[in-house]
Amino acid sequence: MKNCIQTIQDYGLRSIGIGERRLPTSDFTLCEQFTLIGSGMMWNIYFGIMALVTGFLLATALAVGKSSKNRYIRKPAQWFIFLFRGSPLFIQFFFAYFLFLSLKKTNPMFDAFTSAWLGALIVLFLNTAAYSGEIFYGALRSIPKGDVEAADAYGLSGWARFRRVIWPTMLRLAWPAYTNEAIFLFQATTLVFFSAFPAWRQEGDALYYASYFADKTFNPFIPYPILAFYFILFTLFIVWMFGRINTRLNRHLPQAQKKKLRLRLNLAR
Amino acid sequence: MFSFCADPDALGTFRWFSCYLTNGVHMSFYLSFVKVLVLLAVTAPVALSFGFAGAMAARSHVFPVSWLGKGYIAIVRGVPDIAFFLFFVIALDQGFEWMRHQILCPDWDAPIRQGNDFLVCSNAKLPLGSAPQWVHQTYSFFLAVITFSIVFGAFAANVLYGGMRAVPHAQLETAEAYGMSRRQTFWRVLVPQMWVYALPGLSNLWLVLIKATPLLFLLGIEDIVYWARELGGTKTSRFTDYPHPDWRMWYFLFLLVFYLGFTRVSEIVLEKLMVRLSHGQATTGGEALRKQVTA
Repeated sequence: MKNCIQTIQDYGLRSIGIGERRLPTSDFTLCEQFTLIGSGMMWNIYFGIMALVTGFLLATALAVGKSSKNRYIRKPAQWFIFLFRGSPLFIQFFFAYFLFLSLKKTNPMFDAFTSAWLGALIVLFLNTAAYSGEIFYGALRSIPKGDVEAADAYGLSGWARFRRVIWPTMLRLAWPAYTNEAIFLFQATTLVFFSAFPAWRQEGDALYYASYFADKTFNPFIPYPILAFYFILFTLFIVWMFGRINTRLNRHLPQAQKKKLRLRLNLAR
Repeated sequence: MFSFCADPDALGTFRWFSCYLTNGVHMSFYLSFVKVLVLLAVTAPVALSFGFAGAMAARSHVFPVSWLGKGYIAIVRGVPDIAFFLFFVIALDQGFEWMRHQILCPDWDAPIRQGNDFLVCSNAKLPLGSAPQWVHQTYSFFLAVITFSIVFGAFAANVLYGGMRAVPHAQLETAEAYGMSRRQTFWRVLVPQMWVYALPGLSNLWLVLIKATPLLFLLGIEDIVYWARELGGTKTSRFTDYPHPDWRMWYFLFLLVFYLGFTRVSEIVLEKLMVRLSHGQATTGGEALRKQVTA
């Protein structure tokens, strides 16, 4: 037990470069595996939350753009969504990395873009914006006509109508699908260090450490279930969190219509 | 490939590229596209049958079987799919070797897991150490296909299970009223009707499967990602007749375009298929078709 506390102190923050420099190389204890894989989860959470928050804003803009009547706004939004939804995220990571690499040669300003914390985040941001944009677009199209007419009758128009009627209704309708997207985005963050982005000084994410242990011990039956444990835990947290927001979004509805967020995970990617 | 390719240094740009893009290594690159297509062609039906079995198990009235089916559907959901890919490739390999070890070498008494090693007797090795290179490659490809099928089978099971539940209950009651047994109801009434409900989910799954094919690279297959990295890297004139700077960006751009095209074509085909299947169905799609005809 004492050893385990020592291990947590050494490796608990290893994935962000704090603590023991050298990774354990032999005689791995269960504690070491739990600690290091858990430490790697920080990267997954960082990528997941940052991409989700920034992507949310762009997604709203894309959804509005895609349903615009002006074709010079609609077409770019449509193409953006098609580009990122129609190609594998894995290839997007590779392409972006090599793109940043060649940009770096022309301008040292792009130095940071070749490291995972920024470069991969940008790809995830654009990717989740495209997926959520499509979800929001679908929700925009299914806003009840009566709601919009009621807003007109109250004399709301333009920005006020969007801000007070259309946007909240869109979110309410899109929320179950958006929860799904958040879960899959979070899972997709494991791809970062398996595409071209290097894990600098072996500071990687949870899957990076799990596969490190699996490669060293040639025994996949311990590290991957640990990884699964962490991910299921965090998935449950996302479901709970989004469920709370869902309740808030639907708080004005009569009690009978209030639907609990029924989670039916559909593979959207 | 072409006769003028003997001395690449003396060629103009266009001819240089026509030689460069048809040299031996590029043929391996093109062949890896075939690998992707073969993987899709094999995985899709196998995963669908895994999914069908899973959905049938989940519907079962025998509890252990239905738990098994529901567990299979549930487990792949909360965990990233690449974790499964990385896990199954080693786990399946060790599983096969362990089984062969039990059968072929019953009098082996040393433990199989010795510290960081997994040791089976040399007869049980898969493929055998003496096997030629292509057997090794086929075996790893075979493992990849099974891994893909297990993971996507769970997704398909989820979709098919939903499709089965979406068939109107009155249909099943009618079948019962006609005196059909449970088995007959399932095969004659439920299964023919569920496809139209499952198709949107399945076509989505197909698109996801296409986009998962680059993950072959993680399973140690020399696939398109492997070759794009390999061929795109900087080549100096010391090692090749076709020196070039770092072109990996362009190779991956090509892959991006390939996948976009593939997705688009699939979408169009699936849309057509949906229209055909909706004929005469009591769904909004079918209703829209009926109106088109009468109008």
